[in-house]
Amino acid sequence: MPPRILQTSAEPAALLPDRFQAWFAARGWSPRAHQLALLQKAREDRSALLIAPTGAGKTLAGFLPTLVELSTQPLTRDAGAKKSLISTGRSVERSGGLHTLYISPLKALAVDIARNLERPIAEMGLPIKVETRTGDTPVSRRQRQRRYPPDVLLTTPEQLALLLSSDDAPFLFSALKRIVLDELHALVTSKRGDLLSLGLARLWRLAPQMRAIGLSATVAEPEQLARFLVPQPDGRERAADIVLAGGAAPPVVEMLDTRERLPWAGHSARHALSEIYELIKANKTTLVFVNTRSQAEMLFQNLWSMNDDGLAIALHHGSLDVAQRRKVEDAMSAGRLRGVVCTSSLDLGVDWGDVDLVVNIGAPKGSSRLMQRIGRANHRLDEASRAVLVPANRFEVLECRVAIDAIAENAQDTPPLRTGALDVLAQHVLGCACGEPFFSDELYAEVRTAAPYASLSRPDFDDVVDFVASGGYALKTYERFARIRQDKEGRWRVANPKVRQSYRMNVGTIVEDDMLKVRLVRSRGGGQGKAGGSTGVIARGGRLLGEIEEAFIEGLSPGDTFVFSGEVVRYETLVEDQVYVSRAHDKDPKVPSYMGGKFPLSTYLAERVRRLLDDGRAWGGLPEQVRDWLLLQKDVSRVPAVRELLVESFPRANKHYLVCYPFEGRLAHQTLGMLLTRRLERVRARPLGFVANEYAVAIWGLGDLSFMIRQGRIDLNALFDPDMLGDDLEAWLAESALMKRTFRNCAIISGLIARRHTGEEKSRRQVLFSTDLVYDVLRKHQADHVLLRAARADAATGLLDLRRLGDMLMRIHGRITHRELDHVSPLAVPVMLEIGRESVYGEAADELLAEAADELVKEAMS
Amino acid sequence: MTEIVALSTSSTRSLDVAGISLHADLSGALFWEEQRLLVVSDLHLEKGSSFATRGVLLPPYDTIATLGRLAAVISRHDPRTVIALGDSFHDRSAHERLSPADRDAVAALQTGRDWIWISGNHDPMLPRDLGGTIADEVAIGPITFRHEPTGAHGEIAGHLHPKARVSARGRFMERRCFASDGMRAVMPAFGAYAGGLSIRDAAFARIFPANGFVAHLLGDRRVHAIAASRCS
Repeated sequence: MPPRILQTSAEPAALLPDRFQAWFAARGWSPRAHQLALLQKAREDRSALLIAPTGAGKTLAGFLPTLVELSTQPLTRDAGAKKSLISTGRSVERSGGLHTLYISPLKALAVDIARNLERPIAEMGLPIKVETRTGDTPVSRRQRQRRYPPDVLLTTPEQLALLLSSDDAPFLFSALKRIVLDELHALVTSKRGDLLSLGLARLWRLAPQMRAIGLSATVAEPEQLARFLVPQPDGRERAADIVLAGGAAPPVVEMLDTRERLPWAGHSARHALSEIYELIKANKTTLVFVNTRSQAEMLFQNLWSMNDDGLAIALHHGSLDVAQRRKVEDAMSAGRLRGVVCTSSLDLGVDWGDVDLVVNIGAPKGSSRLMQRIGRANHRLDEASRAVLVPANRFEVLECRVAIDAIAENAQDTPPLRTGALDVLAQHVLGCACGEPFFSDELYAEVRTAAPYASLSRPDFDDVVDFVASGGYALKTYERFARIRQDKEGRWRVANPKVRQSYRMNVGTIVEDDMLKVRLVRSRGGGQGKAGGSTGVIARGGRLLGEIEEAFIEGLSPGDTFVFSGEVVRYETLVEDQVYVSRAHDKDPKVPSYMGGKFPLSTYLAERVRRLLDDGRAWGGLPEQVRDWLLLQKDVSRVPAVRELLVESFPRANKHYLVCYPFEGRLAHQTLGMLLTRRLERVRARPLGFVANEYAVAIWGLGDLSFMIRQGRIDLNALFDPDMLGDDLEAWLAESALMKRTFRNCAIISGLIARRHTGEEKSRRQVLFSTDLVYDVLRKHQADHVLLRAARADAATGLLDLRRLGDMLMRIHGRITHRELDHVSPLAVPVMLEIGRESVYGEAADELLAEAADELVKEAMS
Repeated sequence: MTEIVALSTSSTRSLDVAGISLHADLSGALFWEEQRLLVVSDLHLEKGSSFATRGVLLPPYDTIATLGRLAAVISRHDPRTVIALGDSFHDRSAHERLSPADRDAVAALQTGRDWIWISGNHDPMLPRDLGGTIADEVAIGPITFRHEPTGAHGEIAGHLHPKARVSARGRFMERRCFASDGMRAVMPAFGAYAGGLSIRDAAFARIFPANGFVAHLLGDRRVHAIAASRCS
């Protein structure tokens, strides 16, 4: 359904006071249609969703209604004026609280926007006070803000939750007129969006007169996104008005037509290095996006190693120090940089000056994501953004090809609006109890006005309240330890001040990976890459290289090499939260640190890749090397049809392989590989391991899989039957490390366990119990507990991508084509090359342990 | 890696201490066959409710889970004597929070056999109303059972909750384990919520001076003996 395009017919004069018109004129601007449209919406007292590309003056559009309204307010807020602490409810005359709230997903963005707002305010001499409030705001200023709030407060979803849980909330918010939600498309895809939606629901009750303005990039379902901005009535759907900013020139996107040989696998695009360098050299400022931090590190180092022209090329990613990132951003706005190698850390944020080219390395993953990235080069609305896609392997060529087609059609693939998570609701319920006491009936009704929670059932809500109160256990032994209690009238309130304090310290839905500091020391020498040797003394100290996920280090043995900070290093030892590494002289690391992008290939692009494969006539648009590859595949095996699943089996080096091509992204494939391995084990095919990438899964084992399929001992339709999501999944979830991690996140967000304790930050090494053990026990004794339900809901879309796997199994049911081959097929080569590069999955603990035990025997015999 | 190991329910592995041959049970218990003696360490009963008193509402099923596993290993070996090697209760008042059903379960386990509670740092004052004998340590032949390890010859202790991690090719397995060098042994914690301390921690170097000890890791179906130096 096409969104309603609401453009205003009103004259600027009718909507913009003289002061504003003069200001626009003085700058040589005229107000844009969508800016006037938002003023019109404000005048009509309507909430609105503005969908606009980067560079369209989105932020100013969002704030214009506020600036215009406040430009006429009397100057009661001058220093020395007596401050009134009386809330004035719905009256237009405010005498204390906030007028406008602005919510941004990034605190740096809030700070930048504040700076940008100061300019029109100062130039027009408006009597408006703007302040920011983030985690970095000093306590003294936060206290002052609660007592003497500014007109406009710029903040984050977490800070909003904190303010709402304070006693000052009615005073602060009851006169609120407007809330501006920036980068809404990004916020709503995560649990932070759930938290924000619950905050909105609270605000609608405290300030029914409040209207919302959402600012968003283009999305697949604008009507759904617009629901987020208005209270949902019981049982029906309501949406805010949608304003579309038009006029952006369509982007010019090409795929790099490399002179080099296209790699079969890998993600580094090392083959195209010199071509990427030439692009930077030929343009004024280039943003080079890559999918992972380690790729960014690698590319940055490689570019500098060939930087004979001394081009100013910088690096920007999420685990670099904040100060360093800001430095890069500042140099960028000042136009001092020729290129920035970056990750999704630059997907959002303020617009920068003259970026004239975006280079995207590797898989685009999704068309909307890619369009937003490309929009970063759109410094003037009427000029086309320019982008070059650099596929790093042959499959990525297909992905780039269909992404370019999707962009030409302006086809969006943003995910649908989330169903609100129960762990976030638990956090919110505790927050509510920290403020004014609440009745269950009233809070239930309030929560359901939030779009993500519109269909929340009453039993789920009651279970969450019960969980917050005393754990929600069938065994009712914790009543005396309750965190919230009902008074005689039935109102819930916190049981003691410590609970409130703990809530305050743990608010938020971002659970960071545990990070370890990496320090470079001199190797203790001796045995090349010899594992073990615990007695060597490592000199403490050493240069700090940065931080790395603990989960990655856990998979290493001393002596293993990996890439960090652009060089190959050897893992020496782990002491407390410090990883000691030494410089290794290996060219290739033993353990890959490529853990895949954070986001899997979108369902939409996957479908388009399958269609492209199925349509031989469309191959003409592909590079010759890729075309030849597909033709060869057609010759020796088969190119899968759109709805079909191709399964190949073949022997290789004393093992037997089974490769299938679902094209459903790495996460769903990992889950599939895990479940298929279990099933093959059961039919005694003796599987040994598997590897998954974005497009395919390869399993290998000792049993002759081709023979077993021929003999009917393996029935492929049964092997891929959707019923694998029943008992097999259950059995696997019991021990899955990914599921345990998902559960841990829910336990933290829901407040079952605290990230931060009063007084001091507990060191990770002092954790007093393991959530894995809690998971095991809870699963066995109360499998339907609300936290396990929350974790399961996450598993459907998160790390396990179960929903997508389920959809795929339904799609291919009865449509499996098997090819028995005598050797590996061209299409299978990329995933086969991942073996030994990617971690090999499989959860047979005993095999791995037995292998280590054998080493002991060998050692004893030698 | 090449063979799927046949499922065996009573998997134990022999573990020698001071010339005595013992069995390291997959459950984390230690069995001395000649004496028909079963040892379990660090049950930490009521750890869940102990956290609950401080506002961390961990699921209250850890005692049921721990006693259930204990019942299973007892019925497998039918020991004449059971030693609970200290820290059986997570805190001094933990025994008061035991449910009547859990008390009955403990009594049932004690029926027909000797039961010795050894005191630990979490439970220095053991309850008198839960049956069994109370002791600080027990010596049988060349073996001494006590809670905190001192490194003495012939000592079997608990307290440290040893666990070990084995990595290979980017994967790792972390499991509870026995640590032993043939002269002495440290037992894994048996309790459902009991965490672990890496055997590479300095605390183990003090007990096994030569560093040449072996970790007996509790796998899914077997106990695996792996050199401590191979673990991380």
